[in-house]
Parts: sequence; structure tokens; C-alpha cells
Amino acid sequence: MKFANILSRNSNNPADEITKRKNPLSDTAFLLITTVIIFVLMYVLGMILFAGKGFANPQNFFNLLNENAALIVLSCGLTIVMIAGGIDISVGGATALIGMSCVIHMDDQGGQFGTAIFVALGIGLTFGIVQGYLVAYLGVQPFIVTLAGMFFARGLTAIIETETRTVSNEGFNKIAQTRIRLPGVGSVNNNGVFVQAYLEIGVIVALVVVIALFATLRWTKFGRNLYAVGGNLQSALMLGINVKRTKFLSYVLCGLLTGIGGMIFLLHIRSGATTHASGMEMDAIASSIIGGTLLTGGVGSVFGTFIGALTKGTIGNIVRAIGLTGAWWTGISRAAMLCFFIVLQSVIIMRKRKKS
Amino acid sequence: MNREITNTKDNKAAFGSMLKKIVRMNLFIPIACLAAVFVFNAFTNPDFFSIVYKVNSNGDGLLAGNLISVLNNASELVILAIGMTFITSASRGQDISVGACIAIAGAVILAVVADNMAYYQESGIRLIPVVLLGCLVAMAFGAFNGTLVAVFNVQPMIATLILFTAGRPISSWITGGLSPRVNVPALNAVGNVIPGMPIPTPIFFAVGCMLIAFLALKFTNIGLYTQTVGINEKSAKLIGLNPKMIKFITFVIMGVCVGIAAFLKVSRVGSIQYNYIAKDIEMDAILAVALGGNALSGGKFSLAGSIIGAYTIQALTTTLLANSVPSDALPAYKAVVIIILVAIQAPVVKEFARRNWSAFRRRREPSGKVVS
Repeated sequence: MKFANILSRNSNNPADEITKRKNPLSDTAFLLITTVIIFVLMYVLGMILFAGKGFANPQNFFNLLNENAALIVLSCGLTIVMIAGGIDISVGGATALIGMSCVIHMDDQGGQFGTAIFVALGIGLTFGIVQGYLVAYLGVQPFIVTLAGMFFARGLTAIIETETRTVSNEGFNKIAQTRIRLPGVGSVNNNGVFVQAYLEIGVIVALVVVIALFATLRWTKFGRNLYAVGGNLQSALMLGINVKRTKFLSYVLCGLLTGIGGMIFLLHIRSGATTHASGMEMDAIASSIIGGTLLTGGVGSVFGTFIGALTKGTIGNIVRAIGLTGAWWTGISRAAMLCFFIVLQSVIIMRKRKKS
Repeated sequence: MNREITNTKDNKAAFGSMLKKIVRMNLFIPIACLAAVFVFNAFTNPDFFSIVYKVNSNGDGLLAGNLISVLNNASELVILAIGMTFITSASRGQDISVGACIAIAGAVILAVVADNMAYYQESGIRLIPVVLLGCLVAMAFGAFNGTLVAVFNVQPMIATLILFTAGRPISSWITGGLSPRVNVPALNAVGNVIPGMPIPTPIFFAVGCMLIAFLALKFTNIGLYTQTVGINEKSAKLIGLNPKMIKFITFVIMGVCVGIAAFLKVSRVGSIQYNYIAKDIEMDAILAVALGGNALSGGKFSLAGSIIGAYTIQALTTTLLANSVPSDALPAYKAVVIIILVAIQAPVVKEFARRNWSAFRRRREPSGKVVS
């Protein structure tokens, strides 16, 4: 019964589906459109205000993707867990652990890139399964479980290796340095030579993941169950949905995505360290929230999260372009932005409750 | 003969019920955990319990030994555990920004002292306004968290996640990215020992905070009100309490605790490293509350349990460090402990254990009859 108590905050109005149909602009659509508008406005503003700093350069946009590919995948995992009414703050720690393990696997144990992928996915899945079991079947608060998971991952990374290790595996570096160039997209540099803009291989994986998850959430039974469980636990139970299994699977999927995201992160940064991906869980939660995922569950979309991650990256770029160079500004601006979106959401939810 | 058997049976039953009583006691989990840590040490490292009288480099005599260092180093944690217990009880969640807020309050205290060091070196009394300022800053940040939780209805852990990220950057912003170093005798006395006193000073602060907390529980309704709000917010509202206000107040109380803890932390070394000060202390504080036998989902609480829990964690940390576990790896061990604890407390597991226990009893009873 405690299990139901924890999640009882989700039980707002059972007539959600009906109001959604009457109202052409559902929560998901409203929050998504807000995000897209904010992102486009911000990027255009950046292009106008900081024209000299390369905002209009296609490579700048591509770099936004290159730098945030891992974050996009991790945020998608978080979005899925959050839609089902949970949360996972272990993704940052798990990313650091995956990075370090893969480096050790490839450099010290003679592994190759192919086997390293299995290591990454294995670690991610283990985290997902253990945390999912504790949350779904034992009814422990998700925040406590994943907080412990985060500290466990960080501690384990330090047990494996405390020094920063750079990958020296040739096969891996070859793949990491693969650059995908699109014909006709690029800019003319100072010497008047046309330079093609490039994408890293992780971006392609991230885009595939986003599309696959979008389809899963929209058109599969599992996807619809996630929304049902997060939106109203009691109704979902009454509809005959296996609530526990759905919650469990959401964590397993998040763990799998953490594995993929951790590998993409390693491909981008090409080293392992205990301090890597610190605050990544925060960024991932922020991206999901900016993308219109409600903290109370039941509302959200992967596409919104994708835009959310890019918005977060753009804010970092703008803060740098303004000239606030102190390392602390990045942290403060991110937190301020998170605060703004959390308050915005809570106001939206409270207004809805008053209406119903 | 027959009588004897019934006697032993009675004795057995009495022993069983006593055991049950002990296990069901509120403070069973924390005391058992503390005992477990001590027993482990008794076997692996008997020196753990020795206390010696030493004279340090300044010529002051003081008591030294692992037990004293546990009591000393746990001071901040105990103070935070008190605040965390109230927050857990009232708002059914935890504050994960305490470490970051300690960094902020500590930076404020140090920045003020470093600005005019000669003035503070003259007299220790002049530090009091600075400490109050630190507490006020921490209370303001606590109020920020409290507003998000109470007014905007955000889950406590999400709300405090904001300061969890922003805290250390704000701290480095206050000190301009530098680590100011101060050398003030009074500050040194607070963080280490008062000359002539053989016991480290932070212990007195911890004991003082405990006394205040217990007096507050005894003579005010704060304990009753927080538990009422935590158990059922709607009923609390119906009987005339203001749940929002009470939640808000618990976060402000936490602010005071954070301010005092920050003062102790910075006075220990007279400097601040904003990325490392009070690192992972939020985890320890939550663990202390859980170890104290308090449900992390709010409601009833036992302050004594949390305090014993805090000392247990410090004893665990000291033990692990004494067994040459690198300090970076500590969180992994603690995470395992926290997972085991919350799993034991999970209703599903409790139910499972109860059913198996009664099945076990039933299986044993027929065999007892055969003997008689």
C-alpha cells in the first residue's frame, strides 16, 4: 500500500482523456510547442546578437549536436522513466563508470571496440534491472534508489581507476574520429575556402534512438502503457495494465539507453575519469523538463526532450558568447533555467487542478 | 518432568517475546548497526578503541584516538541529520542540496573574515555576527527550497536539485574562484580545540544542537505538527494546521543547521575548497535518517535514531578509511548499505519475512509437541 501512497500524487483527474479530446491543444502539445518556440527564438537571437561569433555557421549547429549527442540519448532514457512516474539520477555516474570500464577493457585487457559496446550495454542494463526491480517490485522510492546508484557508480569508478585515462586503442580512435559530411552544407572560412560541416558518428546513433523511441512511445502497447501508468496509477491498474512490469521495463530501457549514451560520450571525449559526466543527470533531467516532460508523470515526448537538450546547449553557448567566462556561470545559468521551467510546470499543473 | 518441559517452553516463549520486543524497539536498527561496526572493528583492529592523551604541536593536551575522531568528525553530520529528519518527516522527501549550501555559507563566512582578518584576530566575540550572517544566508537558501516545495508543490528532491547544481558554482562565484585562507585563533579554537580543553570543540556544538532539538521537541509542538503533516497532509489541514507553513519551517530549520555545519567545516581548516567541502554529505545525512529507523517516505520520526545513525555512519567511514579504502571509493560502500537498508524496510520484504517467520514457527510447534 505504501507503493500506492508514494505515487498517489499522480491521481489527479480521471477524466484526463476526455478533456484531452475536447481540448485540441493537449498538455504534451502545449509544452512541446512552448519549447520549440523558445529554442528557435533563442537560436535566432544568438544569430542576430552574436553574428561575429559563428552562430550562423552550420558547423556551430552541428557542434551543438556533436557535443550533446550523449546527453540526448541519456535524456531520452530519463524521459521514459519520468513519463512512467519515476526518476533516475544515476545516469551521470553510470556514464562515468561505463567510460572508465570501456577504457580499461580496451587498453588493459586487450578488448576491441565491438566487445566494449557489450561492456557498456551490460553495465547500463545491470543498473536498469537492479534499480527497476527495487523501484517497481519492492516499492522503494525511486529517488533514493537512484541516488544510491549514482554514488555506487561514482565510487566504483574510483575503485577501478582514479587517474584520467585516455583511450589508445586504434580501432576505437578510428571510429571516434569518423566524420560524416553532408554535401553542400558548410561555410567559407577566412581564407575563402569552403569547409564542409561535419557530424560525429554518435549523432547518427542518437538521431536513430530518438526516432525509434518516438515510434515506440506513440504506436506500441508498451509506449501507451507508460503514459497510462504515469498519468494515473489507479486507472492503469483498473484497466488491467501490469503496472509493476511497465515500471520495471521503463528502468530497464533507461539503463539500456544509458549504456548507449555512455558509449557515445566515450566516443566524443575519448577518455575515462572519475569526474567525467558530473552533473550529467541534472542536465538530463533539465532537458526532459524543458522538453515538456512533467515531473508528475504521464506527459512528455522524446522529440521535446531532443529540443530540450539542444536548448540547454544553446544557453551554454549564449552565456559564453556574452562574455561571462567564469566557470561558475555555466552552472548557475543551468540551475536558473531549470528553476524557471520547474516553476512554470508547477504553475501549469496547479492551474489545471483548480479548473478540474 | 512434565512441569520442567513446560517451564523451558515458557522460558523459550518469554525469551522469544522479549527478542520480539527488542527487535520491534524504535532504536533497534541504529543500535544494531552501530554494534555491528564496533564488533567488526573489535575483530579486525582492536586498536580502534584505544584513547590516548596527547600533546599537539601547539602544546595543548588533547584526547586522541579513533573513537574521539568519530565523535569529532560526526559533529556536522549530526547537526545536519537533525534538520534532515524534520524535512523527511514533514515533506516526505529529502534535501539533497545541503552539501552545496554548506559550500555557499562557508564561502560567505570565509569571504567576510578574510576581508578584514586583523579585526577578527583581536577578539573571538567579533566572529558571532559573521556566524549569524552565515546562518542567515543558509536560511535564505533553505527558504528558497521551502518555497518551491511548500508553495509550488515540487517534490523536495527535484526542488533541491536546483541548489545541488548551483550551490558550488555560487560558492566559487562568492570567493571569485579562489580559496581564501584565514588564520584566526578563535576560528581555530572552534574547529579544533580550545587551549586547555582536552575534547575537540565541534563535539560541544553537536551536543548543543542535540540539546536544543530535544528541548524543542519536548516543549513545543513542532515534532507533533511535522509528523501530522507527513502522515496525512489533508487531515492536517482539516484539523487546522497549515501544512505549507510547517513544510516551509522545516526547510528554514535545515538552513540553520546548514549554517552551523558550514561554520564548523570552514573553521576546521580555515580555508574552503568549494568543490570538495562537505562533498557527498547529503548522502550521509539521508543515510543517517534511514539508519535511524525512520521511513524515508515521511511521517513518524525518531530524532535519537537519526543521531545514532549519524554516529554509525561516521564510525563506518572511519573504519573503511582505517582499512585503507580510498576516500573516492567510500560512496560505493555506503550506497550498498543504503540499498540494503531501504530494501529491508520495503513493505513487500517485511510482509515476506513475516509470512515466512510465522510459517517457520508453525513448522516448529508440532515437533515441540512430539518431545513433550
